[in-house]
Amino acid sequence: MKALPKILFFIAAAMLLTLFVFPMWQITLIAPQYPTGVTMYIWINKITGSEEGTLQNINILNHYVGMKYIEPEAIPELKYFPIVVLSMALLGMALAFTGRWKWWMAWLALGIIGCGLGLYDFYLWEYDYGHNLSPTAPIKIPGMAYQPPLIGNKVLLNFLAKSWPYIGGWFIGGTFILGTVAIWLQKRNTSIA
Amino acid sequence: MKKQSNQLSNLLLAAMVALVLVLSSCGKANQGPTSGALSGNAASKVYVAPGQYDEFYAFMSGGFSGQIAAYGLPSGRLLKVIPVFSVDPEKGYGFNEETKPLLNTSHGFIPWDDAHHPALSQTNGETDGRWIFINGNNTPRLARIDLSTFETAEILEIPNSGGNHSSPYLTQNTEYVVAGTRFSVPIPQKDVAISSYAENFKGALSFVKVEPTTGRMNIEFQVLMPGLNFDLASSGKGPSHGWTFFTSYNSEMKNSLLEVNASQNDKDFVAAVNWKKAEEYLKAGKAKDFPANYMHNVYSDETHTATSTAMKSVKVLIPSECPGLVYLLPTPKSPHGVDVDPTGEYIVCSGKLSADITAHSFPKMLKAIEDKAFDGDISGVPIIKFESVLGGTVKEPGLGPLHTEFDGKGNAYTSFFISSEIVKWKVGTWEVIDRQPTYYSIGHLMVPGGNSMKPEGKYVVALNKITKDRYLPTGPELTQSAQLYAIDGDKMELLLDFPTIGEPHYAQGISAEKIKPKSKQFFKLSENKHPYVTPTEKDAKVVREGNNVHVYMTMIRSHFMPDNIEGFKVGDKVYFHVTNLEQDFDVPHGFAVMGATNAELLIMPGQTETLVWEPKKEGVFPLYCTDFCSALHQEMQGYARVSPAGSATALKWWLGDEKPVQ
Repeated sequence: MKALPKILFFIAAAMLLTLFVFPMWQITLIAPQYPTGVTMYIWINKITGSEEGTLQNINILNHYVGMKYIEPEAIPELKYFPIVVLSMALLGMALAFTGRWKWWMAWLALGIIGCGLGLYDFYLWEYDYGHNLSPTAPIKIPGMAYQPPLIGNKVLLNFLAKSWPYIGGWFIGGTFILGTVAIWLQKRNTSIA
Repeated sequence: MKKQSNQLSNLLLAAMVALVLVLSSCGKANQGPTSGALSGNAASKVYVAPGQYDEFYAFMSGGFSGQIAAYGLPSGRLLKVIPVFSVDPEKGYGFNEETKPLLNTSHGFIPWDDAHHPALSQTNGETDGRWIFINGNNTPRLARIDLSTFETAEILEIPNSGGNHSSPYLTQNTEYVVAGTRFSVPIPQKDVAISSYAENFKGALSFVKVEPTTGRMNIEFQVLMPGLNFDLASSGKGPSHGWTFFTSYNSEMKNSLLEVNASQNDKDFVAAVNWKKAEEYLKAGKAKDFPANYMHNVYSDETHTATSTAMKSVKVLIPSECPGLVYLLPTPKSPHGVDVDPTGEYIVCSGKLSADITAHSFPKMLKAIEDKAFDGDISGVPIIKFESVLGGTVKEPGLGPLHTEFDGKGNAYTSFFISSEIVKWKVGTWEVIDRQPTYYSIGHLMVPGGNSMKPEGKYVVALNKITKDRYLPTGPELTQSAQLYAIDGDKMELLLDFPTIGEPHYAQGISAEKIKPKSKQFFKLSENKHPYVTPTEKDAKVVREGNNVHVYMTMIRSHFMPDNIEGFKVGDKVYFHVTNLEQDFDVPHGFAVMGATNAELLIMPGQTETLVWEPKKEGVFPLYCTDFCSALHQEMQGYARVSPAGSATALKWWLGDEKPVQ
């Protein structure tokens, strides 16, 4: 099974493409009047909701405290992130054939840095939405910010906000685990040879 | 002395406790249900905990309120009053421009009717939860309510009818809803002496075809019967599918003091109409085109608007020219209710002045027709010999039998108006099994699915005409009521009383699961095809066309766009076309403007409705949201400025700090 690490690495890289099929993150708001919760899905290229009107409904809720409207068209990352992810996936899949585990490591490191930057960017957006409040907001609570957690649960006024990776996000985790295993196997193969 | 009386009362108390214990243990030993009075666990049987759902929907006719009320069973909680034949200012029904056409008739706009008999649509003899139909008695009409929206979708006027009482009583696949006239009238209508009744008056039985996917109604044909009073109806099922049975009274054909004059004959008739035969005659070109004037009104969920179309003729079949189309079954003493049992074999008729319940046998009827076991005819309609069609008699079960429902286990439940009770009896053996009093004077009764082939025989609801002392008094006009009885045991058990709107006549019940999953949450704005829709705030505008001013307005939590408008003038006719931009469950907004002589608008998410406002005075008039929509509902308001007629005030509008548009 000399080809196994290559196959694994190929799969690991290809798994990035799931980001085009599944949302990578979800933020759910729960309150008594929203028994099923209001869920927003963050994709690599768009923002959607559990229902067609979800984004509008979240924006209506947010406007009471002066949060900016979430307008996916106004978020440039949703346009260039897909290109970055697609490039990374294709590069990784190509590198799989070389069998050079050091290149694989470099690719994985690049991916981890990219993910880190992506999460930091996500944090900055959340910070901006949560802190950059309109001075004419109908409801103003001194000292209150509405930044949802980067990851985890947090109570924001009458809402419980839950922010967790979703299917696409789980697959990214899979990419790193599978990639690491592939590198380890390949390195062992190479040193035995 | 004081101590003694204390001891005495303690002793009495102890004795009472002992008695209660003994009695309750007796009850346990007998395992017998209590009769009349409530048994101990009745409350728990109707208790639906907060946040929990009822097991059944019940749709009660509102009678002279003209509406339908949707209740939950077993709790008896009122869920919604569905406006049908009567205007409802609460919902803007009949007041906004969109629903006014629904109440249009050949007599013009009519704001009221008397609604008696709801009928749930059926597929294969089972309720399917798509639509509910109901008759308008006074100005003969039929309505269809869409059960995904709980809103009236269609109203069809019935021509050549003098009162649509024996209706809708639909067929097992909702092929037809029927509409038999209670009052015979000259057909076509003409100015004749009332005393020429026997010669000039006819009774039309209308068969209204229902389009299977859209539910659209169309009068397929009418059967022109002799001048009887057609009272109620029931369509055949299973083997008797293809036939509809109408009870009638006044076989004496009198036109005055009917309480005496129409109660003389020993037997009146059930008219059995073979509608499959009628279809053959229709195909063979046997129908005559009668000129007629009637309105067909249809509401669209896409345009959120109703249209009213004038219809000009109707196809009529005359029984004497169509052998085998109708037979008359003699039935004792002014039969009122007629109910075909779930097997389709028996046609249960309640002679309301008879002491017995008569059940005709469908197989015997077919045999009698084959054998020509006739006893004369009326206007060419053969009368079948009573003995040849009689299937069985429930002997002296009570006084004043009216209606019968079935539980699907071979039992029938008949209401008795005069003796004020429900009597349970066995179909086929005709023996009385149980009886329970009602409080008071029951009219119709209802088992969920109890008129279908698949009754859900868990409860029977008594629909009572009189309540007298049952509730806290409310002046001379008292509520009418429903009573819920459990029928899953051998004996009926009274569980609950609850008030109803108007006067309940018939009702329908259905498993909540057949309706709940299909219930619409809101209308998609992207599918709104209203001619005056304002799909986004950017599209809001005000357009003057002579004296007519059209306001394209939006509403969303928590403002109108625009909320300030200037340039209206006294004498203008202002159309507020208001679109609710919300796309969430349970966020309606209301709209009201001071001095409007009609009502409010109550607009569901994604819907557009129009209120006409004709300002009579100059000034600045507030407008506001009437449905508490959000934390800033109270701020959801605006102003309309009205200038004198002929003034030069420019038309302009705005929201917030935006520059006015003009």
